[in-house]
Amino acid sequence: MGKVLVVTSGKGGVGKTTSTAALGAALARGGENVVVIDFDVGLRNLDLVMGAERRVVFDLINVVQGDAKLAQALIRDKRIDTLSLLPASQTRDKDALTLEGIDKVIAECREKFDWVICDSPAGIERGALLAMRNADVAVVVTNPKVSSVRDSDRIIGMLDAKTLRAERGEKVEKHLLVTRYDASRAARNEMLKVEDVLEILSIPLIGIIPESEEVLKASNIGSPVTINNPTSAAARAYFNAARRLKGDQVDVVVPMQRPGFIGRLFGRRVA
Amino acid sequence: MRRHHVLGRFWAQPQPVAVGAEGYPHYFVPALGIPVDPAAASRYFGVVTTSDTKPLIRLRGRSIMALVLAPEVPLTDWLNALDAQMERSPNFFDARPVVVDLGSVPREQQGVAQFLQMLEQRGIRIIGTEGAHPSWDGIEAWGRPLPVSARPGREIEPPPASSTTAATTPQSLPPAESVPAGAEVNALLIDHPVRSGQSVVFERGDITVLGSVASGAEVMAGGSVHVYGTLRGRAVAGLAGHPGARIFCSKLQAELLAIDGVYLTADGMPAKAIGKPVQAWLDGERMKISVLD
Repeated sequence: MGKVLVVTSGKGGVGKTTSTAALGAALARGGENVVVIDFDVGLRNLDLVMGAERRVVFDLINVVQGDAKLAQALIRDKRIDTLSLLPASQTRDKDALTLEGIDKVIAECREKFDWVICDSPAGIERGALLAMRNADVAVVVTNPKVSSVRDSDRIIGMLDAKTLRAERGEKVEKHLLVTRYDASRAARNEMLKVEDVLEILSIPLIGIIPESEEVLKASNIGSPVTINNPTSAAARAYFNAARRLKGDQVDVVVPMQRPGFIGRLFGRRVA
Repeated sequence: MRRHHVLGRFWAQPQPVAVGAEGYPHYFVPALGIPVDPAAASRYFGVVTTSDTKPLIRLRGRSIMALVLAPEVPLTDWLNALDAQMERSPNFFDARPVVVDLGSVPREQQGVAQFLQMLEQRGIRIIGTEGAHPSWDGIEAWGRPLPVSARPGREIEPPPASSTTAATTPQSLPPAESVPAGAEVNALLIDHPVRSGQSVVFERGDITVLGSVASGAEVMAGGSVHVYGTLRGRAVAGLAGHPGARIFCSKLQAELLAIDGVYLTADGMPAKAIGKPVQAWLDGERMKISVLD
């Protein structure tokens, strides 16, 4: 039986989809069987970030409504064969998702995969609730900004109240992933420090992803950063986060991009 | 002839009102000063002569949370169902004002006034009726009909067994400890952080939170509020008109503190108390905050 992981945040634009792709690829590279599911019906992005947008035939809604079998809708990644994608529909309305349909699809994915990673839409509406509904584990993605932190806090409350586990009186295991972190700006108090975020949210930290060109570049060419540039600071942070999700004890550090030769000659800030 | 200025006070002590003697004071009055808007202030600021000083009439708005009971015909069956419900949770209607919505009772129904009397005999405190038909015998004794509100109000689940009135909205947080049937426990313990958007309301006594209260969360207690963590959201103590209630927290970063209707926003809190362990209490009509050492 696989584990169901929801990547969620409340706020939009904090890096849920990027993190879903990067964590999925990182887990898959470690030999795990992984499926990433896009729950953002109507605004699907995960196919783009995974570089599979030209290969979408059937989607989550087709499977939920019984128009297609799960196996028909799954898109296997060309770079890592243990990684699959179940895309969202771009044209349909999210009301087409039913509770029973979602539960059935997730149950089927659980049988087939070690990890079922659900990429939640932003907000706290039905779409986000459906994405978190079956979760055993949650990764709460937060930027070091007060608005993002408060939205995450709201989502954590919902994870404790609105999931199937919560209804059964069990807990969803929650982890914090701080993204777009800039240590120098945090030092200048232009950003919240990681300690502040942790103090407010009080859930365990699984990674700090630095603000990085590499992440943006990787998203734009349709390749998760953990595939595109596995030695970059951001990719290393995602690999470590994936190991922590598997239960390994790894210390969380603020990863730094190792300065290249030119960078070392001219100091850290070239631009 | 002496002339002096009379300034209407916004924060006068509540006068006994006909309705809700216990009160469910969801009212807030400012703790400090008066918001000075010259146009508005002039209405309260008048010149009177000593000889014709009259008692100042104080008016204040107050909203009351009332339960709405909507009986259905046949009324006897409905009463039986109500009795069964009250047997399961005998304290449910205690001290709660109730409005009876008679909208679904047909016009030709007999004995509506007697029916209301039977409700009252069961300890239900009826403060008014809605949708009553004037042709019913003796109905006027049950107070003037309230203006019919368009919104039916939120459905409230009666508690399954006799227990604390921990009405938590919008997400229900079960009390950390289950209360044995029959025992009156006047405290609610929350053993986890209160997250943004959550609201914990406990009218019967104190609330203790082991953890922080997030920005955008609120904790409202009939008694005192104790937060063993950082208080970033709102804390309201003395909800049911209890000026002796206090608020305690390990670290003050609250958006709002209120005790018995007197409130203080973050801007009004003394800078030296921010970030410190504090207690807040009422000294007359002013809120005092002191740092706990």
